[in-house]
Amino acid sequence: MSQYIIRRVAVGFFMLLALTVLIFGLLRLAPGDPIDAYINPSVPMSASDLDALRIGLGLDQPLPVQYLAWLRAALSGDFGYSIQRGGIPVLPLVFDRIGPTILLMFSGLAIAIVVGIATGILSAVRRNTATDVSLSVLSFIGISSPAFLTALLGLYGFSVLLDWAPSGGMLTPGAPFSLGDLLSHLVLPACLLSIAHSAMIMRYMRASLLEVLSQDYVRTARAKGVREFWVIVKHAVRNALLPVITLIGSTIGIAIGGAIFIESVFNWPGMGLLMINAVTRRDYPVIMCATLLTGACVIIVNLLTDIIYAAVDPRIKVS
Amino acid sequence: MAGLPVIEIKGLTTTFRIGGREVAAVRDLDLTIAAGETLALVGESGSGKSVTSLSIVGLLPKGIGRIASGRLMLRRKSGETVELQALDNETLRCIRGNDIGMVFQEPLTSLNPVYTIGEQIAEPIRIHLGKSRREAIADAVRLLVDVGIPDPQRRVRQYPHELSGGMRQRATIAMALACNPALLIADEPTTALDVTIQAQILDLLAKLQAERGMAMLFVTHNLGVVAEIADRVAVMYAGSIVEAGNVPSVFSHPRHPYTKGLMRSVPQLGEATALKEAGAPLQTIAGSVPSLIDLPPGCAFAPRCPYAIDACTTAFPDLVDTGKGHASRCIRWQEI
Repeated sequence: MSQYIIRRVAVGFFMLLALTVLIFGLLRLAPGDPIDAYINPSVPMSASDLDALRIGLGLDQPLPVQYLAWLRAALSGDFGYSIQRGGIPVLPLVFDRIGPTILLMFSGLAIAIVVGIATGILSAVRRNTATDVSLSVLSFIGISSPAFLTALLGLYGFSVLLDWAPSGGMLTPGAPFSLGDLLSHLVLPACLLSIAHSAMIMRYMRASLLEVLSQDYVRTARAKGVREFWVIVKHAVRNALLPVITLIGSTIGIAIGGAIFIESVFNWPGMGLLMINAVTRRDYPVIMCATLLTGACVIIVNLLTDIIYAAVDPRIKVS
Repeated sequence: MAGLPVIEIKGLTTTFRIGGREVAAVRDLDLTIAAGETLALVGESGSGKSVTSLSIVGLLPKGIGRIASGRLMLRRKSGETVELQALDNETLRCIRGNDIGMVFQEPLTSLNPVYTIGEQIAEPIRIHLGKSRREAIADAVRLLVDVGIPDPQRRVRQYPHELSGGMRQRATIAMALACNPALLIADEPTTALDVTIQAQILDLLAKLQAERGMAMLFVTHNLGVVAEIADRVAVMYAGSIVEAGNVPSVFSHPRHPYTKGLMRSVPQLGEATALKEAGAPLQTIAGSVPSLIDLPPGCAFAPRCPYAIDACTTAFPDLVDTGKGHASRCIRWQEI
């Protein structure tokens, strides 16, 4: 098991390295000269001034050298300064925003996992009944609703019409911090974020459990006199979870994409807003740092998924 | 050697709902197995032999298969006799794995891949005998010794994929025997195994049965296996028993044309080569098994039978006693 984990961590490390190359390369491929961002357009600059600036910023060096310089600085925590925000260091800026995003994303994910797996089990066990059909219809609606639509409809319905939850922000401005206040702000965006994901998990769980229920070892469990409840929970669900765990791990990126929409609708002070602003203003250092940290999160979650998978499926350790 | 009957089935008819129609997969089946006795149920795929064993343990597919009529009397370990078809699900569950043990065909897929061998053997012990996890695992180690698995202390902590095919089948046998059942149902337990392993498993089953005095229902399509393990044999065709009797009697003198055809279809060593050199095909029974949905009137085997006469197609023949506990469902048994 420890060998397996070490191998996965090594793979994760190389993926992270590849990600830095990719981010660096893609941004340099993007149209426009990065030097533009450093220039105040209202002040005329001569070509020699531009060149001097270019040399000062290291932008005259070949790309690999620029990459290595950037990587070395990044490893020591120096991601440069935000261009649009007049020289604030990037790392603390991004770090301030990553906490709320992680909170929102994982709350949404946790709701999606619990709801998706529970309804998936219910749907498979009650196959072809009214329960199954209505859950299936709901899940199709959930899967096919885009995040911006559910976010706006949810905001209008639950916040404006019903007034069950605040319509935006993470905390009530001016009020002292309380957990209740945070949760009341969190619950609506987290639930809306979980809709598409829980619908997807439910479909997978249902299909996977139905397949497992027809397996010989489920019949063996019944032949041993195991109670039907435990046949499902102990013998079937644990096996049915395997593909669902893979699904959850590999769709974590989609959850981040969804989180960006939800954040902008609910004015959630997370990475989503920061990234959208940075992209529209071509604030390269912020884009690079934010993308890298988001990517690192995805890689870490995938690593965790692999480890959980190995813990659930004993066959993994051998191969 | 045969003691009191452990299972006695009278007039079992099991039906399946197929496309809105009730189709009989097993028709009017009688069989009795005494303690210490092995009955082999032989037949082709779809002849109803597995449905018979699933009817006994009440594991017919829900909403599709059901016992339409008949009585299935089981003498439990306690000596109490119950009618299985009349029991509620909860009582039946207490009998499964406790009074009736089952061994299935595919040892790999019959074991749950995510639990250790020990946990899976211990499970029925914990459910039915109420032992603690630790005691049940200790029992599992002893059972692994009984079924001839070396190094049981280590094996008990291993997962199914870490065991060989023969070893896995030994483990499923240990699982079926965990609560010392009165009846062991073995549904083609050697079909998925190598021939050499087959022989070992058959020896093991015979030995365990003799030691524990269990009744054994052995479902197979392999006549060689029948000769090896069974005291009595019942041959099934299209849902009903067409011939039953002691193994030596049925093998030396089959009284039904289907049994006779089956025996002739078993290639003997050397015979196949001789046939190949002569350019002749292997022996078969002409035609194919009829669909249960529209069985021919009268004897189901009549359309394929070389002995068939007009009378065969008019009435469903009875199982008639041909002497010495041998019975045949053929009106011309005396001429065969």
